[in-house]
Amino acid sequence: MDSLYFLIPIAVLFVALAVKLFFWAVNNGQYDDLDTEGRRILFEDDVQDQSAADGDEER
Amino acid sequence: MTTSPPCYHCGLPVPAGSHYSIVIEGQARDLCCPGCEAVASAIVAGGLDGFYRYRERVNERPEQAQSLARWAAYDLPEVQQQFVHDWDGAHQMAALLVGGITCAACVWLIEKHLAHLAGVEKVSVNASTSRAQIVFDPAQVKPSQLFVALERIGYRPAPATAANRDNVIQTEHRAALRRLGVAGLGTMQVMMFAIALYFGAGTGDVGDFERFFRWVSLLVATPVVFYAAQPFFSAALRSLRARHLGMDVPVSLAIGLAYGASFYATVSGTGEVYFESISMFTFFLLLGRTVEMRARHRAGLASGGLAQLLPITVARYEGDEVVAVSIAALAEGDRILLCPGDTVPADGEVLEGESGVDESLLSGESALQRKSAGSPVYAGSVNGDSSLIVRVTAAGKFTRLSAIERLVERAQLEKPGQVALADRVAGAFVGIVLLAALGAFVLWWQLDASRAFWVALSVLVVTCPCALSLATPAALASATLRLQQLGLLVAGGNLLETLPRINRVVFDKTGTLTRGEPRIQRIELLRTGWDEQRVQEVAAALESQTRHPLARAFRAWRGNRLASQVRVHTGRGLEGLVEGVAYRLGRGDFAAEVDAAPPASVGQWILLADDSGPVAWIALGDALRASAREAVQQLHSLGLSVELLSGDQSGEVQRLAAQAGIDNFRAGASPEDKLAHLQHLQHRGERVLMVGDGLNDVPVLSGADASVAMMSAADLAQSRADAILLQGNLQVLPQSIALAYQCRRIVRQNLVWALGYNAVALPLAVCGLVPPWAAAIGMSASSLVVVLNALRLTRSGATIENTLSPLRGLGPGLTD
Repeated sequence: MDSLYFLIPIAVLFVALAVKLFFWAVNNGQYDDLDTEGRRILFEDDVQDQSAADGDEER
Repeated sequence: MTTSPPCYHCGLPVPAGSHYSIVIEGQARDLCCPGCEAVASAIVAGGLDGFYRYRERVNERPEQAQSLARWAAYDLPEVQQQFVHDWDGAHQMAALLVGGITCAACVWLIEKHLAHLAGVEKVSVNASTSRAQIVFDPAQVKPSQLFVALERIGYRPAPATAANRDNVIQTEHRAALRRLGVAGLGTMQVMMFAIALYFGAGTGDVGDFERFFRWVSLLVATPVVFYAAQPFFSAALRSLRARHLGMDVPVSLAIGLAYGASFYATVSGTGEVYFESISMFTFFLLLGRTVEMRARHRAGLASGGLAQLLPITVARYEGDEVVAVSIAALAEGDRILLCPGDTVPADGEVLEGESGVDESLLSGESALQRKSAGSPVYAGSVNGDSSLIVRVTAAGKFTRLSAIERLVERAQLEKPGQVALADRVAGAFVGIVLLAALGAFVLWWQLDASRAFWVALSVLVVTCPCALSLATPAALASATLRLQQLGLLVAGGNLLETLPRINRVVFDKTGTLTRGEPRIQRIELLRTGWDEQRVQEVAAALESQTRHPLARAFRAWRGNRLASQVRVHTGRGLEGLVEGVAYRLGRGDFAAEVDAAPPASVGQWILLADDSGPVAWIALGDALRASAREAVQQLHSLGLSVELLSGDQSGEVQRLAAQAGIDNFRAGASPEDKLAHLQHLQHRGERVLMVGDGLNDVPVLSGADASVAMMSAADLAQSRADAILLQGNLQVLPQSIALAYQCRRIVRQNLVWALGYNAVALPLAVCGLVPPWAAAIGMSASSLVVVLNALRLTRSGATIENTLSPLRGLGPGLTD
């Protein structure tokens, strides 16, 4: 049972870390637009076409 | 009109005979108008046709592209100051407000399309705020080119001049999220420790482990109280300063005292701790308020002042030269040039030229007003068909437009105040609880002095107003969410509390009951050999050269035939050559010399004629929204009076009122008249819900007990309304009122439950019978019941029918 004296502060430390991570995410604007970001991954599948199109334009 | 598939870009019907189409993903797609065609081909040409695969909703129908010259004004340094900021020395950042964003795919399209432009470094678009931030190299690309690029793919760009307000919203939103995160994580952790404490709690001794757990709980709960719960304390302080016992006072008192006592208990090793109750309570309350705040921000996004209506630059004469200057530089006596389509920037007097001016935003009258030398023009109206030279007589805050703004402010001051039900209950509640705690303390001081403090504290904790203070926000938050699903965006905090008390609904005509767009209603052919198709195409060719609002009715047939030498006779009609034949289109006496009388039925008739006489009568009219009649009927069945109040002069009002089933109507009302009429109704004791969309409705929207603006409404109207109707489906109105009735019922149930719980718990606590674990469970359970009850609103099918029956039996209740 004495290990609790050791383990619980570690748990608290993890919570503090989680809070810090969350603050970082919020301040970075990750929660500013919840509508778009979740779908953005779906749009990226044609990165190939995109670079091809860019190349066309440069030529 | 047709059974062919809808326009691939905007989803509106494609008129028969339209030849606009484009090949997307190997298939020919029909389009409805040249605007959609231009936009769709710009998208496909950019290799971005994947957009059509991603999008979840059809786009808005694009307006005709503006001239490059108009956007050029945004390159002026004094104009740029308002929305372009330095980024990193070499680059600049432009903040734009982009109209027409419907879903996440639009964000993708805009970002990709702009990234193609040389000199554009970074683009980020926020779909929920419709804001775009574009980092660009001013040496390679000008802001005007960004505007043109956005317009080419069908969006309406505008400089985001209200950036300060956006920043405030962003800061507020982020702060709320951080608080919520701290409270949430803290609650989870403290709850875990609390479970351990509950097991030891029954034994009565404070052992080493328990002391240790208490210290850890204190450590975790401290940031929750001092950081997450801080808004409650400051709000309580504010309301105390204003000598008013609001809901925040008991909330702060409960959190503060419970924390203080738990802190003391931890340090001294005696008594009880309530850390988990404090954290959970804070979390629940923050959650409710954050949801409310988000809804409020979302709805307020479109807002902007009058400044947004006026152009940023003005073409001013300096000597004989026309120079673009910032609107702020405009002064009385300046001579300015107004091209067709320009918004009038200031009040003035016409010096030269003759044109029709659209004053519908100011007066509600939809027909063009004929202006010639000597006529007054007003800021905010739109020049119709030909150029005018105007001498400015009043600019800035001296214009009639600003007078309307002041009217708005006055109306808002006089708006009947609403005090939330829970807030009114709170005052009495706080008094009772404080007295009870004091009474318990005095009582126990005489019985057993050592327990006096703890009993008094348990009275405060067990009667903690969580359920009471959650009762309203939880119900409001879930009802707000439900309304949003229905298509009503709630902006005003107390709309849901006001709606159930409404007994009269007042509609504005143009754009609310009607679509706000002229349509061809009927065509009467007068000559053999012609069919409707040909009439429409010839008329469309003539009308394509003007900016008259009625021309929009012909938009779909544009481009099939070409017109030349078109001349506009303001207020009468137009003439021009179509395929070599001279035609006239307009009022009967103008188009043909004969004394032709229009077919006998209401509506606005125009005549198409050529050299040898009349060809066809075309009836134009604003069509009633599909949902209008049904909505009016349902409002009647909810026992509400319905009224039509329009600024329009024409007999149209009567026709539409009859069509919609409204007996009560009034035409030709100015903004002042409308407000006066509204206040007259209010003095009679009526509570009015106003539905409108024009600028001329803004004072009434502000003054009404509750107000709803249409999505298509002027920005100012939207920002002053309590809610915005998103899809133009008027049936949402009766549904919303039904939901508001239900919301009020749930708030009352919650309040009854919360007060009932306290009424049982208070005497027990005073008698010293409530151990801390029971207080914590009671407190949490009472909050949970309230939250779960409120959640019923989000999935309720609050129909008119099942609202009516219990409602009638309810009678006047707590609120009245």
